[in-house]
Amino acid sequence: MKAPTIREMALAGGLLMGFAVAGTAIVAFVHQRTAERIAANEAAATRALIHEIVPAGSYDNDVVTDTVTITAPEALGSDDPLPVYRARRDGQPVAAVMTVVAPDGYNGAIKLLVGVRDNGTVAGVRVVRHQETPGLGDGIEAARSDWITQFRGRSLQRPQPRQWRVAKDGGTFDQLTGATITSRAVVRAVREALVYFRSHRQALFARKRTD
Amino acid sequence: MQDKAYFDIAREGLWTNNAGLVQLLGLCPLLAVSATVVNALGLGLATLLTLVASNLTVSLIRNWVRPEIRIPVFVLIIASFVTAVELVMNAFFHQLYLILGIFIPLIVTNCTILGRAEAFASRTTPGRAAADGLAMGLGFMGVLVALGALREVLGQGTLLADAHLMLGDWGRQLTVEIIPHYQGFLLAMLPPGAFIGLGLLLALKNVIDRRLEDRRRAVTAAPHRARETRGGATA
Repeated sequence: MKAPTIREMALAGGLLMGFAVAGTAIVAFVHQRTAERIAANEAAATRALIHEIVPAGSYDNDVVTDTVTITAPEALGSDDPLPVYRARRDGQPVAAVMTVVAPDGYNGAIKLLVGVRDNGTVAGVRVVRHQETPGLGDGIEAARSDWITQFRGRSLQRPQPRQWRVAKDGGTFDQLTGATITSRAVVRAVREALVYFRSHRQALFARKRTD
Repeated sequence: MQDKAYFDIAREGLWTNNAGLVQLLGLCPLLAVSATVVNALGLGLATLLTLVASNLTVSLIRNWVRPEIRIPVFVLIIASFVTAVELVMNAFFHQLYLILGIFIPLIVTNCTILGRAEAFASRTTPGRAAADGLAMGLGFMGVLVALGALREVLGQGTLLADAHLMLGDWGRQLTVEIIPHYQGFLLAMLPPGAFIGLGLLLALKNVIDRRLEDRRRAVTAAPHRARETRGGATA
């Protein structure tokens, strides 16, 4: 095979560039056509999850837009600002639904919504996004098992923070069979969210909403 | 090669040169996403779509691409289509998209797709290339779904659980509880279960192939024997 000339190389490079441009154009086009729908999907999914955590009749504000964002990498597991959705009734705080990241799942970060009532008890926990093992770790999804509902009604008094562990580690909470690491990560993330809520409760509800 | 009949293309993709059972390509998604029928079907469809689109495109441009850069060009084409499929799934099958997660972008690395682009689509007409993509994709999806069904029944005693994630609310009624009050069989849901299940499917295919081969031999041998017998009788 004879060595290619400069001209042939330039031609090949140009052709490659052409395909890169065409490929990007396809992706950009599809992205543009789907972006709105994807954003709507995500908002709808968030809304549905919040409704599962805080019953629709217990508050009277638009909880999905009454949000503040907080950045607390230590407590909430992410360097990014995370939204907190606030439920109120007659202007009085009912519950805060915090977005929390459990950074130490079996297969990467697990994004959760943790609803905390004004009195510090858990209103409910739901998984927003995860990549845990299908058939094992995905039991944290409410649709697949009721494991995640065991947090409901718990608080930092019930059980004591030392007991906020999975049963295998001597704590109160069941672990999912075959997914101890996943369970551990979620239990810890919920506990950290409660600790954060306890020390920031007033500020969370008092802050002006972020748009 | 140039003028392979459509019938042969279909037969190869679906059976004799099946991507999952014969070429053993794309094992990573095959083993990882085959825990339930719905997951398998979702990924199978995404792969099928990508395969047809990439085969068709590769065939259309086959006369312009210089051999030195053909692999990067193929990868570019495949990656673009996969990203587009991913966006479309996120928009229209949001729940399923969340379940399949990382395995949708990983379709790019499914060797079946690059393999078909390089070995077949880049050397044939667009129609044949698209047919090959369809046949190979259907063959791959078939194996995915078969493995998914096997693992779902053994693992959790159901079929088509979570069908509503793909088909909307009416999909709920499709879920069949094969074994009521089933305790579940964890091994089938775990990766080792996927390997064992695939092994069983491979064995089954080999058994069927051997049966077919035996029958064919019997058919071709039969007239022969008949003639001999007749010859013997006259002698």
